[in-house]
Amino acid sequence: MGLRNFFDRIEPHFVKGGKWEQYFPIYEMVESFLYTPKTVTTAAPHARSYIDMKRIMTYVVLATIPCILMALYNTGYQTNLAIADFGASGWRAAIIEGLGIGFNAANPIANMLHGLLYFLPIYIVTLVAGGIFEVIFATVRKHEVNEGFLVSSMLYALIVPATTPLWQVALGIIFGVVIGKEVFGGTGKNFLNPALTGRAFLYFAYPAAMSGDSVWVPVDGFTGATALAVSASDGFQELAARGVTWWDSFLGFIPGSMGETSTLAALLGLAFLLATKIANYRMVVGCMAGMIGFSLLLNWIGSDSNPMFAMPWYWHLVVGGYAFGLVFMVTEPVSGAHTNMGRYIYGALIGFMVVMIRVINPAFPEGMMLAILFGNVFAPLIDYFVVQANIKRRAKRHV
Amino acid sequence: MAHKRRDMLVDPLVDNNPITLQVLGICSALAVTSSLQVAFVMSIAVTLVTAFSSMFISMIRNQIPGSIRIIVQMVIIASLVILVDQMLKAYAFEISKTLSVFVGLIITNCIVMGRAEAFAMKNPPLDSFIDGIGNGLGYGLILMMVGVIRELFGSGSLFGVTILETVNNGGWYVPNGLLLLPPSAFFIIGLIIWAFRSWKTDQVEEREYKIQSVEGH
Repeated sequence: MGLRNFFDRIEPHFVKGGKWEQYFPIYEMVESFLYTPKTVTTAAPHARSYIDMKRIMTYVVLATIPCILMALYNTGYQTNLAIADFGASGWRAAIIEGLGIGFNAANPIANMLHGLLYFLPIYIVTLVAGGIFEVIFATVRKHEVNEGFLVSSMLYALIVPATTPLWQVALGIIFGVVIGKEVFGGTGKNFLNPALTGRAFLYFAYPAAMSGDSVWVPVDGFTGATALAVSASDGFQELAARGVTWWDSFLGFIPGSMGETSTLAALLGLAFLLATKIANYRMVVGCMAGMIGFSLLLNWIGSDSNPMFAMPWYWHLVVGGYAFGLVFMVTEPVSGAHTNMGRYIYGALIGFMVVMIRVINPAFPEGMMLAILFGNVFAPLIDYFVVQANIKRRAKRHV
Repeated sequence: MAHKRRDMLVDPLVDNNPITLQVLGICSALAVTSSLQVAFVMSIAVTLVTAFSSMFISMIRNQIPGSIRIIVQMVIIASLVILVDQMLKAYAFEISKTLSVFVGLIITNCIVMGRAEAFAMKNPPLDSFIDGIGNGLGYGLILMMVGVIRELFGSGSLFGVTILETVNNGGWYVPNGLLLLPPSAFFIIGLIIWAFRSWKTDQVEEREYKIQSVEGH
């Protein structure tokens, strides 16, 4: 093991007293990324578990794989479809033509490759820009660079539109890392989801690049509204008229932010996260119940002027970022509620808020991002009341 | 004595800034800083109101009965605020419209009340006046800093003069819409406080608790 020897040889320079002492977090980051951490818990309590933080974070990244594949495929698919009418331009088109693969939307390889050419630059910029700030803070604040950033950066790259300018991508993730996480002390102390904080920053700072009809498919001149935007303006029945079936939406062949169109891919990730017990099922149950309950109520109330009132819950599930947010953002253990009862309430609050924002607020067609951030802010309060209720209940036994 | 008076004027700028250290007057700092011109007028208005209200209150401080001192202070501050409001309406109507209710709300600005109660009630008129000017300037300094960031990056201009040509006008700069929304001032003031406390470490507050396992590293 030459690499292990190399690490063992250079380690003395980085530990306390070594000449590169202040760069220890960088050494630690590379070493623990490649090897299992050898640190052992020295103080009580000693809880035995097969899992550690590094594995949790790695599992979440693994769970996003179906979404990544779908992001690549669908981004390429939508782009190739539009290119048939509007023509191709730019450096990506030059690469694809150079390889002789072409822009046939029926060819999966062409789709994957084209999608990759959109996803990869965004992901690399996210990793580099966010990573630089992560390392700066780790070095100055003397904490470790955590695998959590791999999760945040992956989720962040999956929830931006393919057309986002790369400098905006960088600005967003930097805001997410610094304001969403590091100012509160780093991984484990963030009360907001860093990836969503970055996305929300972009949404409010550059609304023209983050919403509307022309940002979802990266072809000049092509406009394609998201399924949710169509439903908001003309009602979900209009979707069928435009050739979007429920199954298209469920499988993810609709325009949208790169990784969040496919409900199926998100659910595959959910199955993996639930099986490995990384995601807590209570939040998922709460969030589904809140969404289904409130959308049924709105269906029953009905409205003549607002077509979104009639949108059934199974459409809410498959359009927009609901499924992706449910699987990867709602279940995030740090920013969510920490008590079991609180988790149901937290989930239900988010489910309720999504439908509320989507249906009743005319300013925002999509509500998942704002609903989750709203839930994040309320999570500590929910926990507080759950704990207080428990204390009261138990105190009553001993009057 | 002259040295002491200089301190009264300079201290509130950084070392004892009403916004960044005492965290007072935040509401108006959020509301009026999206354009520098408005922020500038607001700073002047608050400075004048603080200085003169402190001076007048200090003049009659020995005659004010303790039990109704807040009411007396409010009457003086309110009169000055009305004066400022009328002056703005008469000579700078456009700005007065942009500032709208926030001129009237100077009366609720904690800085004015705070200086009256904490300083003017115990000190002679001239000192109180200087103290009021100093605190008004401290407030104005932060307002201008926030205003520069918000107007420059939010609309690409300073005092309405274009600095960064925006995309809509054929330039290259894509304005940051978040900075035009009041919540952005929260982030900016937070970052300014962070910067001030990194520079002047004696402003850092004691921690309320320590997380043992983390501190043990």
